[in-house]
Amino acid sequence: MTWLVSVFVFWAAAFWLNRQLAKPPVDQQRWARIAVPVIFGITILVVWEGLVRGLNVSPIILPPPTAIAAKFAASTDILWKDFVQTVIKGALSGYLIGCAAAFVTAILVDRSLFLQRGLLPIGNFVAALPIVGIAPILVKWYGFGWESKSAVVVVMVFFPVLINTVQGLRDTTAMQRDLMQTYAASYWQSLFKLRLPAAMPFIFNGLKIGTTLALIGAIVAEYFGSPIYGMGFRIQSEAGRLSLDMVWAEIAVAALSGSVFYGLVALMEKLVTFWHPSQRS
Amino acid sequence: MKSVFPILTVVAAIIAIWYAGAVWMNSQWTLDQARRAGVELTLPEIIRDTMNQERATLPAPHQVVAEIWKTTAEKKITSKRSLIFHSWITLHATLWGFALGALIGLTLAIFIVYSRVMDMSVMPWAIISQTVPIVAIAPMIIVVMSSMGIQERLVPKAIIAAYLCYFPILVGMVKGLRSPDAMQLDLMKTYNASNRQSFWKLRLPSSMPYLFTSMKIGIAAALVGTIVGELPTGALRGLGARILIGDQFGPPIRIWSALIMASILAGGLVAIVGLIQRITLKRMGMNQ
Repeated sequence: MTWLVSVFVFWAAAFWLNRQLAKPPVDQQRWARIAVPVIFGITILVVWEGLVRGLNVSPIILPPPTAIAAKFAASTDILWKDFVQTVIKGALSGYLIGCAAAFVTAILVDRSLFLQRGLLPIGNFVAALPIVGIAPILVKWYGFGWESKSAVVVVMVFFPVLINTVQGLRDTTAMQRDLMQTYAASYWQSLFKLRLPAAMPFIFNGLKIGTTLALIGAIVAEYFGSPIYGMGFRIQSEAGRLSLDMVWAEIAVAALSGSVFYGLVALMEKLVTFWHPSQRS
Repeated sequence: MKSVFPILTVVAAIIAIWYAGAVWMNSQWTLDQARRAGVELTLPEIIRDTMNQERATLPAPHQVVAEIWKTTAEKKITSKRSLIFHSWITLHATLWGFALGALIGLTLAIFIVYSRVMDMSVMPWAIISQTVPIVAIAPMIIVVMSSMGIQERLVPKAIIAAYLCYFPILVGMVKGLRSPDAMQLDLMKTYNASNRQSFWKLRLPSSMPYLFTSMKIGIAAALVGTIVGELPTGALRGLGARILIGDQFGPPIRIWSALIMASILAGGLVAIVGLIQRITLKRMGMNQ
């Protein structure tokens, strides 16, 4: 009971604090913008911990955050090995290959309006398909190692990046292109100096969508066969053994690497497209 | 209409590449068999063989079409071998997940638009929630559900589907509910409209184009979520289960036919939402 009461008191206090922080003029401050979501996140963790302890929830249904943190700290070597296998070898390599392939394809298609018209709707359609389903096929083709995971990721990130790049390359006005023509710019000059920079917000949109897809692809592919390490393998086997604290620790790693991956791409976007209205605010 | 011909060309190119790939990938097996039998094969013979292998590495398109025809039109719908039966299982979970996700997305969007605290505290976490690869959670949701005594496979699948599809709807609706400009909101204020009135008469109607666009993305995402929910969990029914079983026991062609069926399902769902969008916007006079 004391747990439940203290959870409620903590929640009420945090809520009150956040309300104060969200009032103008405080909410315009940079620190307040960071503090509010952080307080919200901490509150969720505290409520989670308190409810699990207060209601005596069995650890095979929901372990408390402290137990997960303890497990995390105790098994960093396993987590690191899984992280390297799944994120670095599987997801990252596939992501780089897939994005590069999509980018090159977009440039090749760029000269033909005919191909663009055909590719855009189909690419849009394929991007909406459950492509993860090809994971078992690719695992069969390329074996249990990280290569098959990488192949799944390549296919998954290819289409979102492709359609966004093709769309971005069309995002210049006739006036701008005419200006390049009056400068006697060649195709490649106007591509590099005008159209590619103008396409960057779109391309980064595709790249950002790709970051999540890459992790999903790499993890799902491991469910269909992997060496005895890797995040997907660990999650599945530990969930089978009902050691949910380890599963949650892996999920924490997945969430953390997903957020960092996304954050890095977003940071790059900020550096590259500093001129765009959405970045200047 | 201008783009019909280009689209057909690209489709034809994809099918041609598929056939070429089938010849290339299946020829290895053909050549191995021939070497064992001590027979020299000519090129046309090799190609003919690669088109009709029973356990082809990459089944040719016509084999997949034949398999789909066999498992849809020639099987009773109630049969466990019917793809329509499995599609229905998947569709069922997708629609529940979509309904749940749309409800969550809409509710959160309304709170976020009207409450500054919610906006500042929830929005960053909603974004972070999408960087968590949901498939990591899928096996656990299933295990937890079964240890809580919920044997129904539908629930965990619908939860995963909802997790994937709430986000596009949330983002789209936040944008949509904020799309009326200051002038229009001020006009509502001069009419002495209450918060509720300006929601129903201004904000909600003007958010409709955003709602439908995000619902199209959402329903496709819900289908992906359902299939992902079926994949790692030992489900026995549903398109994801067909993929899984095809992987472990059956010929690879089962995987391909289930994949194509899933694509048809995705296309159909998006088309239906698109149709509702067109009709609604037309009746609201928002057709461009």
